[in-house]
Amino acid sequence: MQLHELTAYELSKKLAAGEISAREVVAGYYERIQAVEDRVQAFVCQTRELAEKKAAEIDEKRAAGEPLGPLAGVPIAVKDLLCTKGLPTTCCSKILEDFRPPYDATVIERCHQAHMPIVGKTNMDEFAMGSSTENSAFQVTRNPWDLETVPGGSSGGSAAAVAACEAPLALGSDTGGSIRQPAALCGIVGMKPTYGRVSRYGLIAYASSLDQIGPFARTVTDCALLLQVIAGHDPRDATSADLPVPDYVATLDAGIEGLKIGVIRELVYGQGIHPGVKARVLEAIDTLQNLGAECEEVSLPNIDYSMPVYYIIAPAECSSNLARFDGVRYGHRTNRSVSDIYDLFAKTRGEGFGEEVRLRIMLGTYALSTGYYDAYYLKALKVRTLIKKDFDTAWEKYDLLVCPTSPTTAWKFGEFDQLALKLADICTIPVNIAGVAGLSVPCGFDDGKPVGLQLIGKPFSEDLLLRAAYAYEQATDWHKQRPAL
Amino acid sequence: MAWQPCIGLEVHVELATESKMFCGCRNEFAAPPNSLCCPVCLGLPGSLPVPNRKAVEYVIRTGLALNCQVAETCRFARKNYFYPDLAKNFQISQYDEPLTYGGYIEFVADGEPVRIRIRRAHLEEDTGKNIHLPDGRSLVDYNRCGVPLMEIVTEPDFTTAEQCRVYLLELRSLLRYLEVSEANMEEGQLRAEPTVNLINSQTGQRTPKVEIKNLASIKAVHDAVQYEINRQLHAVEHGEEMFQETRRWNQQRGITTVMRRKETADDYMYFPEPDLPPLSPDPQWVAQIRASLPELPQQRRARFISQYGLPQYDAEVLTASKSTADYFEAVAAACADAKAASNWVMGDVQAYLNEHNLDITSFPLEPQRLAGLINLINEGVISSKIAKQVFPEMIATSRTAEQVVEEKGLKQIDDAGQLEAVIQEAIAANPKAVEDFKNGKQKALGALVGFVMRQTKGQANPQLVNQMLRQKLGA
Repeated sequence: MQLHELTAYELSKKLAAGEISAREVVAGYYERIQAVEDRVQAFVCQTRELAEKKAAEIDEKRAAGEPLGPLAGVPIAVKDLLCTKGLPTTCCSKILEDFRPPYDATVIERCHQAHMPIVGKTNMDEFAMGSSTENSAFQVTRNPWDLETVPGGSSGGSAAAVAACEAPLALGSDTGGSIRQPAALCGIVGMKPTYGRVSRYGLIAYASSLDQIGPFARTVTDCALLLQVIAGHDPRDATSADLPVPDYVATLDAGIEGLKIGVIRELVYGQGIHPGVKARVLEAIDTLQNLGAECEEVSLPNIDYSMPVYYIIAPAECSSNLARFDGVRYGHRTNRSVSDIYDLFAKTRGEGFGEEVRLRIMLGTYALSTGYYDAYYLKALKVRTLIKKDFDTAWEKYDLLVCPTSPTTAWKFGEFDQLALKLADICTIPVNIAGVAGLSVPCGFDDGKPVGLQLIGKPFSEDLLLRAAYAYEQATDWHKQRPAL
Repeated sequence: MAWQPCIGLEVHVELATESKMFCGCRNEFAAPPNSLCCPVCLGLPGSLPVPNRKAVEYVIRTGLALNCQVAETCRFARKNYFYPDLAKNFQISQYDEPLTYGGYIEFVADGEPVRIRIRRAHLEEDTGKNIHLPDGRSLVDYNRCGVPLMEIVTEPDFTTAEQCRVYLLELRSLLRYLEVSEANMEEGQLRAEPTVNLINSQTGQRTPKVEIKNLASIKAVHDAVQYEINRQLHAVEHGEEMFQETRRWNQQRGITTVMRRKETADDYMYFPEPDLPPLSPDPQWVAQIRASLPELPQQRRARFISQYGLPQYDAEVLTASKSTADYFEAVAAACADAKAASNWVMGDVQAYLNEHNLDITSFPLEPQRLAGLINLINEGVISSKIAKQVFPEMIATSRTAEQVVEEKGLKQIDDAGQLEAVIQEAIAANPKAVEDFKNGKQKALGALVGFVMRQTKGQANPQLVNQMLRQKLGA
């Protein structure tokens, strides 16, 4: 087995045992990146020199007998909307093309503390708006399973990098499915933790009340290891939860005997779920039952409103969050002559933002305007509460919920129109709306393309979510299959 | 008069916290431009706000002192508008759920008791400062960006400019007593924006609301409101068209001029700040804040009258500033003559402070030493006149009154034997006065007393001199 095919867990054991050095690991991954990156195009920026320097430091520390975390020396890829001190952080937007933040995001600090070398920044839909990564201002990322298809999005670069073994682990962000959906389309594990589980400090916000940072990995164990590094309270994020973080790896193999699992009727049998996807998910549900879980259908009556609620709340928040990109302090500024400061704002923003971003800013501005606020934004908040209540009711009876992660498998570039692209998130958006935790685990293939099973857990039940995903993963071998690149 | 003025005041107060509202940057005035900034107050991408507990406490404190309710739960909201002094192009403020609301303040203006309702006192962040250069370029200083700002909004209950003036004096004094702000209007720590219109008491008809900006002092607020009332009265009486508008006060010309007309209300697209969870002040904490409220100016004024027997005027002057009142009380406690203490503080002390542009907190003469001086007068050791010479000496040398009197030999002469010679001299040197006195002109004695006082450099006990002269002249 080649080095890049090892899981993070396997790498960490070899590193700890001194069978391999951090420098060798980093070198091995850059060899792999060189071999496949021209086809996958997952990275917008590679940070080889820094990663090599970091690896050398780690090897020195290990040689000196310093205590190191379990992932010390295991490389990681980072979505390009997480602030990395002194390194480009562009959100794959022209408006931030030359932006280098003067500080690290909290999750990046934690990766540094865990001694994880960063191999590069990954491609994404501009400002995380999209579900195919085609909205990147810079490049197109290809799905390693079929280079003619999209990797999903918006964290498509991170998902493709891990699926193509260009990195064992990656960080993404998930506002409406941006971790889970590309994880499903690329045949890997991806998790959106509970809102508040991971600090958002240093995550360039799209929609503050929905955004959450989470891990990508090829196995559930790796996913648990990375979540362990990034989870926990951060005094710099007022919305981060001040709750203890359990040991996610310790309880992975506790099994799911007797767990009550609700099968979300609207998202398994509802309209728009591709038959091939539905078939794989139903098979997965059988497997869960065979493992001792009790599965039954449950209805979340308001869940169908998630999409319209999302497309009011997310654009509203984004219209305000993205207002700061005006060309005054940093980022792109128009070269054209301007008549006054407002003309400068308009021209700068018109040039700097792509079409989808401009569309959502306008949508959000409209929804917040006097006269429309009550009809749109306030109404959306009310419906959001109803959707949350649906989940709360479900938790009274079920430990977990399941449904597909994506209604379809990966599609060809340009195949979906704007509406179809938005419908790609119907299974994942409700989880963000409710602020609960969701995870996608590979559950087979349809026509050679990966299908993801989505497990949904109540707030701060990531340990249970990982335990169930692990039980399923160990009963199947989907995670062992790799794309033929 | 059918048309009554209807005035509301919106006051912004910079809170004297150590750090800014949502980050750890120091909150200071007059630091080098952009030296007090971090990713949070610069609104850099990815940064997040964390509320300053002290600022929340200061608003609750002020709200309680203004008889407001403290919200069980309130929210921050984003006020969205594009302007370069606003690093995020939105201001974190409060909208429909303020921290405190529904209070009132009472005071006396134009000789009448007035009660003004307080609509709300809420918390927000200040903006930076734009600096426009003569060559057309503009610079921005973000030091002030993110400084905690309290907004106090009254109901439109004021009917005269004088009420506005007294309200601002009262409010400023209150804020200083509460130690939540320095509240200097000149440094922009207190900013007032009145809204003025007229209401017809018979028909209920209202003129359009006019907001006045660019008011740099309490006097300017008074004068601008007075001007605006007159302007609007003139306009309704002459049937002139009136507009809802913002007007700028022109200090030099003493008039308001149109800044901008408001065709429609500004749309700030307020919505709940998603980066901050709702704020629910712990009731126990609120109770603690309430219990720790200091004695407020109005209470202290009443106590100065009842406890020290001071006239209303003295009580008002002394309590206007907490530090002055504190100083007075320290002097009064050490000399047991409150009225004398009051006279000294309002008179010589204040004159010295004015002359040297000092605050009483940096006055070199401690209350104990001033009390010592007053005691010497009351004990008859020195006269009030001599005391005026001792006072600057005490300030300059940091000695006690006794030491100065001793060293300079300023003690009053109470010994008749010591005065005998100079009394004789007075009689011999002023035959005209002596004759006049003997002829019944009581006033003539004054010239003789004056002679003695001059000869003794003011040290002779005037009562004793008086008595001795009368005796000598056989009166």
